[in-house]
Amino acid sequence: MGDTMSSDTPHPVTRRQFASCTAAAAAGFLLTACGPRRLREVPKARLRSMLDDLEREYSKTYGKAVTVSDTPAADGVVFAYALDISRCIGCRRCVYACVDENNQSRDPQVHWIRVLSMDKERGIDFAHADAYYDAKEVPQDGHFYVPVACQQCRNPPCTKVCPVGATWAEKDGIVVIDYDWCIGCRCCMAACPYGARHFNWSDAGIPNEQVNPAMHYLGNRPRPRGVVEKCTFCIQRVRKGRYPACVEACPVGARKFGNLLDPESEIRYIIEHKRVLVLKEELNTMPKFFYFYGT
Amino acid sequence: MRRVPFVLVFIAGALASGYGAAGVRPPQEERRPAQAAPGARIQVPPPPFSDGIFPCSECHNKDMPPNRTRRELTDMHVDIVLKHDETHRWCLDCHDADNRDQLHLASGEGVPFSESYRLCGQCHGEKYRDWRAGVHGRRVGQWNGQKEYLLCAHCHNPHEPRFRALEPKPAPRRPSRSTGVRSH
Ligand code: SF4
Ligand code: SF4
Repeated sequence: MGDTMSSDTPHPVTRRQFASCTAAAAAGFLLTACGPRRLREVPKARLRSMLDDLEREYSKTYGKAVTVSDTPAADGVVFAYALDISRCIGCRRCVYACVDENNQSRDPQVHWIRVLSMDKERGIDFAHADAYYDAKEVPQDGHFYVPVACQQCRNPPCTKVCPVGATWAEKDGIVVIDYDWCIGCRCCMAACPYGARHFNWSDAGIPNEQVNPAMHYLGNRPRPRGVVEKCTFCIQRVRKGRYPACVEACPVGARKFGNLLDPESEIRYIIEHKRVLVLKEELNTMPKFFYFYGT
Repeated sequence: MRRVPFVLVFIAGALASGYGAAGVRPPQEERRPAQAAPGARIQVPPPPFSDGIFPCSECHNKDMPPNRTRRELTDMHVDIVLKHDETHRWCLDCHDADNRDQLHLASGEGVPFSESYRLCGQCHGEKYRDWRAGVHGRRVGQWNGQKEYLLCAHCHNPHEPRFRALEPKPAPRRPSRSTGVRSH
């Protein structure tokens, strides 16, 4: 695994990490045994009143009407994503659309999408990928681009290692994090083979006028310092039927999204008609994020 | 025994519908996304005309009889560079000489600019099929409902369709010690 996919994920598990993960597990056990409840266990009415409190708090902080939705997963829906590697030109429009939509910290900078530039001659090769390419114009000769964010694994290593159960896969397949329950131990970051999880080193520095007020409690509400965050397929949008922000932002239409269970969806059309691959297939994470060649 | 008749009915049904083996799915070609039914109109934003150029009949009216000779334009539209199979075609292969406010197919059938995809689809059949299925090109709207497709011409200049290079957005900042994020 190359450094570009995990530049904020120290990969070899060190003794110290192991120790802190173990300590975290112990703390988690105590919390679970006698602490407050996790959001996913809170009864619906209670959750709504908690979110009403949050709405009031955020509205006051950001000086605008903020809504915090609790739209649950719909029946018969499992979300999946597909990205056309033969179209992506590496323009990073998706990266910044994501930052704006999902209230990612501007300073220090958090990007859920990382666009990797790769050599056409080498093919997909993370050891030689570059996320920091700088160019006057893209695509650059001899390169192609592979944007990487959370792959929404069906067999997610990240949720298994969480000592407190603060991250899990929802019924519609979105892997989410309870920001109130996360203890910031970062075990999940070490476990994710895609470098998809990011840690908040400080409170999100977002100018009030840039805050997106349409929030979901498991998605883009501002994360406090000390918790982990990642792509949620724009849970606040897709649970309301909309496309994720990156799908609409991509100028070349490389990004496709839909319901894996719907045989009429774009996603199914791609899986059935195109050459499709997933990243690091050999790890058996079973991503629901597919890459394909449209041409 | 209730099961036997059911199995028989199933096999008979499978045979009747033309598939010998039980449990065969229809071939993929037949399973098109519903919104892509052939001939169905597709919701698109207005075509991307240059400012003040449409309707074409403002200038191309009866005082300007069509000159159907293939030639290099020198008086008007000189800014248009034709780099789209230009050895074989020119303006009137796509623009309609009799009704200047529309295009026409190879068959001569007129096509409004808002349905120009039908014209493009004559040559680019595979792309057209993918576009209708929502797989080539851009869409906005609902993943499970109303969507708006962009026309081919919104992204590709029809006279010079190769996609233009873009300036990328800034590279991410490299992680550093001071932000606490390890770089390696
Ligand atoms: S990509 Fe990483 S964060 Fe996302 S589900 Fe898979 S292991 Fe978890
Ligand atoms: S916006 Fe589209 S073309 Fe640009 S980097 Fe993202 S996926 Fe690639």
